[in-house]
Amino acid sequence: MSTMIELKNITKMYDMGGAEEVHALQGVSVTLQKNEYVAIMGPSGSGKSTLMNIIGCLDTPTSGQYIFNGVNVSEMSDNELARVRNREIGFVFQTFNLLARSDALHNVELPLIYAGTPAAERRRKAMETLTSVGLGDRARHKPNELSGGQRQRVAVARALVTSPSIILADEPTGNLDTKTGEEIMILLEELHRLGNTIILVTHEADIAEHAHRVIRIRDGKVESDESNGHRRTYKTAAHAS
Amino acid sequence: MHFLTELKEGLLISFRAIRANKMRSVLTTLGIVIGIVSVTLMSTAIEGVNRAFDKSAKAFGTDVLYIEKFPWVNSEDWASIRNRRDLKASYAAQIERKSSFADAVAPVMATRRPVTYLSNTIDDGLVTGTTSEYSSAAGVTVEDGRFFNAEESGGGRPVCAIGATVAENLFPKEDPIGKTLRVAGHPFTVVGVFEKQGGLFGEFTSDTRIYVPLVAFQSFFGGRRYVTIQVKVSDIKRMEDAKIELEGVMRTIRNILPGKANDFNINQQEILTQTFAPISLVIASIGLFITGLSLFVGGIGIMNIMFVSVTERTKEIGIRKAIGAPRRSILMQFLSESAALCLMGGLIGLIVSYPLSLIVDQFLPTSMPLSIVFISILISLTVGVISGFLPAYRAARMDPVEALRYE
Ligand SMILES: Nc1ncnc2c1ncn2[C@@H]1O[C@H](COP(=O)(O)OP(=O)(O)OP(=O)(O)O)[C@@H](O)[C@H]1O
Ligand SMILES: [Mg+2]
Repeated sequence: MSTMIELKNITKMYDMGGAEEVHALQGVSVTLQKNEYVAIMGPSGSGKSTLMNIIGCLDTPTSGQYIFNGVNVSEMSDNELARVRNREIGFVFQTFNLLARSDALHNVELPLIYAGTPAAERRRKAMETLTSVGLGDRARHKPNELSGGQRQRVAVARALVTSPSIILADEPTGNLDTKTGEEIMILLEELHRLGNTIILVTHEADIAEHAHRVIRIRDGKVESDESNGHRRTYKTAAHAS
Repeated sequence: MHFLTELKEGLLISFRAIRANKMRSVLTTLGIVIGIVSVTLMSTAIEGVNRAFDKSAKAFGTDVLYIEKFPWVNSEDWASIRNRRDLKASYAAQIERKSSFADAVAPVMATRRPVTYLSNTIDDGLVTGTTSEYSSAAGVTVEDGRFFNAEESGGGRPVCAIGATVAENLFPKEDPIGKTLRVAGHPFTVVGVFEKQGGLFGEFTSDTRIYVPLVAFQSFFGGRRYVTIQVKVSDIKRMEDAKIELEGVMRTIRNILPGKANDFNINQQEILTQTFAPISLVIASIGLFITGLSLFVGGIGIMNIMFVSVTERTKEIGIRKAIGAPRRSILMQFLSESAALCLMGGLIGLIVSYPLSLIVDQFLPTSMPLSIVFISILISLTVGVISGFLPAYRAARMDPVEALRYE
């Protein structure tokens, strides 16, 4: 197994003006291997999203070093970071974050547009990915014409379409009921089985139980980091519906 | 190509955004519409002024040289030319004899006198004394009757030819030919009426003039007057040669020693054109300024609405950045939106201007130049890019995490 992510003593501080500062992360050091399936847990406000944003190159740490696939990301320019996000990272958000005015297909196509993929290939890939998450017949639907679970599957397809090194999911089931949340989890588990690296933020213990490894964060620090010996798997029935 | 893909995406997004906010887009565009309308109308008007000038210039003869005591455009020091000797009407005959280029030579004098016919009066009629040669020398056309002939001219007969406006004022209901009008009490019988010239130059037009034989003019109104000798040159392509020859002829007539400066001027239509050029430039500059101002206001409107658009779509910007849109793409997206808005305004402006330019046509001999279509499109695109830049730049610089968190 090769090292994919190396966080060394990462801190993130928000200057609130005046003497007030928020220390969202206070020296986080974590190493992640390829094809790991990691759950990040912790109470609200502990810094999980902040950590995810840094791992996903959406945000830069205040101090510390972040090596991603052997490249020092903490020194990258804005545009280089955008490139890494586009090629290497697939984000799945709690609030889906789809473009409301665009249909499912266009939403999935979007990362390929910024990757400079020719239109025909773009369309084909997007359609293929959309079909793989079970939404081939919903390509022309706008987000407001889709259920919450379907929207999140569009978001997963969008994260997958560029074949990124890693998929980051920040509470992907947070806005879904248990059943549709489970569908998304089955999808992620399958992606992991196909060789993807996945980091998942969750509040729910029974969702974290499916991960190989659970990192607990409290007050911006790593509280515990242990592999999950008795991990559960979903009974992989047909996930599409 | 990458750039084209992005441009296409940018345009697609813009059209979607413009369509989603139809009313707002139309209102915002109004500023640009007005700007482009003013660009087109202004340039149509300027074109009209230029053409009107050309037309007037032609009407009073570009192939005519005007030998005078003073230049039309005073470029020399006034003190040095103030004491020049007067020109004499008799030079005309001498020039005609000595010049090989002169087709027709006519001395011209003018004064303002009351002109009456029955109860109709022109208080300060422009009475012009000249010879029968004038009708060929000035290139004016007699519409009714004829110009006075050599015999009448030489004998100083009391006949006259009148301009169209004079005819309208003195003879509103009758045929002027054969009628006798009075110039400062002296009777003159009308033998001809000139064709109406119109044009911009009230003073040079024949419309307001009463032409009488020079001999009669001199005896009734005095002979010591400013004389212009009009020389019609046989070949318009050889105006310069004719000018040089005439200069020599005049120097001989005036006995100017070699080495001494001319004490007369040979004026030419072209000089008037040169005077007009700076005036035209001033008109054009003022027009450009007003137009620029309205485009500026329009541009501010676009900038304002683009800031609104950027703020409204903060979340969208965050999403795009999260999936890897570089700054350049976001910049381009908003630039193309504002360019598309302005282009729309420009096209509407052109459509609105066309009928308006037809109204301008009624007053000036002009039509909307085709080039203005391209210029307008270029201008509206430029305004779009310039006024869209700041908002687009702000969008491009947004922090993705903050943008995503925006509700
Ligand atoms: N832009 C910001 N400005 C100031 N403080 C911030 C900002 N973003 C996050 N924080 C603070 O940093 C801390 C960590 O926030 P973060 O969003 O990472 O928590 P979280 O673990 O994801 O919580 P939740 O489970 O509720 O999503 C919080 O105390 C939060 O208030
Ligand atoms: Mg969070």
